[in-house]
Amino acid sequence: MQEKDLIPVLERIQKKYGYLPLQALKSVARELGVPAVQVYGAATFFKQFRLNPPGKYQIEVCMGTACYMAGGQVALDSFERRLKIGVGETTPDGEFSLERVACVGCCNLAPVAVVDNVVEKNVTPTRVDGILLSLGLSEENKENKENSNAQGK
Amino acid sequence: MSKKVTITIDGRRISAHEGEKLLWVALDSGIYIPHLCAIRGQDRPPAGCRLCFVEVGGRLGPVTACTEPIREGMVVRTRTPRVDRLVETAFRLLLSDHRLDCKNCTKNGRCELQVIARERGLGPDRDPLQPLPAKTYIDESPRTFVFDPGRCVLCGRCVWVDQQVAGVGAIGFSGRGIRRRVTTFGDSNLAESPCTECGLCVEVCPVGALFFKLPAKKTKGDS
Ligand code: SF4
Ligand code: SF4
Ligand code: FES
Repeated sequence: MQEKDLIPVLERIQKKYGYLPLQALKSVARELGVPAVQVYGAATFFKQFRLNPPGKYQIEVCMGTACYMAGGQVALDSFERRLKIGVGETTPDGEFSLERVACVGCCNLAPVAVVDNVVEKNVTPTRVDGILLSLGLSEENKENKENSNAQGK
Repeated sequence: MSKKVTITIDGRRISAHEGEKLLWVALDSGIYIPHLCAIRGQDRPPAGCRLCFVEVGGRLGPVTACTEPIREGMVVRTRTPRVDRLVETAFRLLLSDHRLDCKNCTKNGRCELQVIARERGLGPDRDPLQPLPAKTYIDESPRTFVFDPGRCVLCGRCVWVDQQVAGVGAIGFSGRGIRRRVTTFGDSNLAESPCTECGLCVEVCPVGALFFKLPAKKTKGDS
């Protein structure tokens, strides 16, 4: 393997596992003969790579121009607050992961989120709660998440 | 050694070796040019801090002095309105992501940011840029030093000496844009990284982001 193969190799790993496990990054670094932190740098530089396994439910919030103008950031903030994770992260129980995407092609429904490949339109903070509720994020395990997160950080 | 040539910086005639980088020639002649990222002897300077701009006769726009090779007869100006504007903007951007608190900082008085502010008259911002959320995490895990990312200017000097001089490869950059930071593999703390605590990175840090711990004070009764 040569350094120019780094990105294609990372792409293949992500295709296979759905994300880039740290162990895999270490092996790649060993193969290339470069410090592991250098491979880590490349993996975190590019938006297309994720370092956490995707959640059971994948939520993608649109940040295209129309959605952004119509309050996409508010929707994203609400998801982050409710799930207690940031973009590119997965809840500790593996249920939800959060991404931001560029235009998904239905600007008339802005702001839009794609939840498990289904387009949700007009995603207001109330709608965020509704979506999460329908996916089983109940009040009670929301509390649990708060606790487990408090320990984790 | 390459041949000696004569150049002019701010009206002063200076003799220097052809091909040497302008930044070091100016500094060695007592002419100050702001700089954070360059290290003497680098083959390919990263030119990332964008602070060492100068104007060189015959070149259209300002150029970075850390990458500009010395050529016979070159005429350099270190202060022009265009240069000053670039430097001021870069400096203000740095401060918008800096936990500024000099009087409680270990580098107070020896800090390169303070030098730049003094030399270029960039006092406290009357109209500061919107600050980024302060990074509050501090890594105190190494036995001998501390890493405080809230004071890091992302110059990359520590990364360069870690990888090129010490040959360890414990630290590097991660992320990009406003998420860019100096970190270890998997964002572990330094004690869990391959870091050998050689201390080279601490010595090259131009600001208060990497600093040595004070030796534990002996209290009365210690033998
Ligand atoms: S790093 Fe420099 S500018 Fe920043 S607080 Fe410390 S002394 Fe002040
Ligand atoms: S820790 Fe210091 S040397 Fe390293 S990038 Fe930050 S400011 Fe530069
Ligand atoms: S010293 Fe030239 S760009 Fe940083």
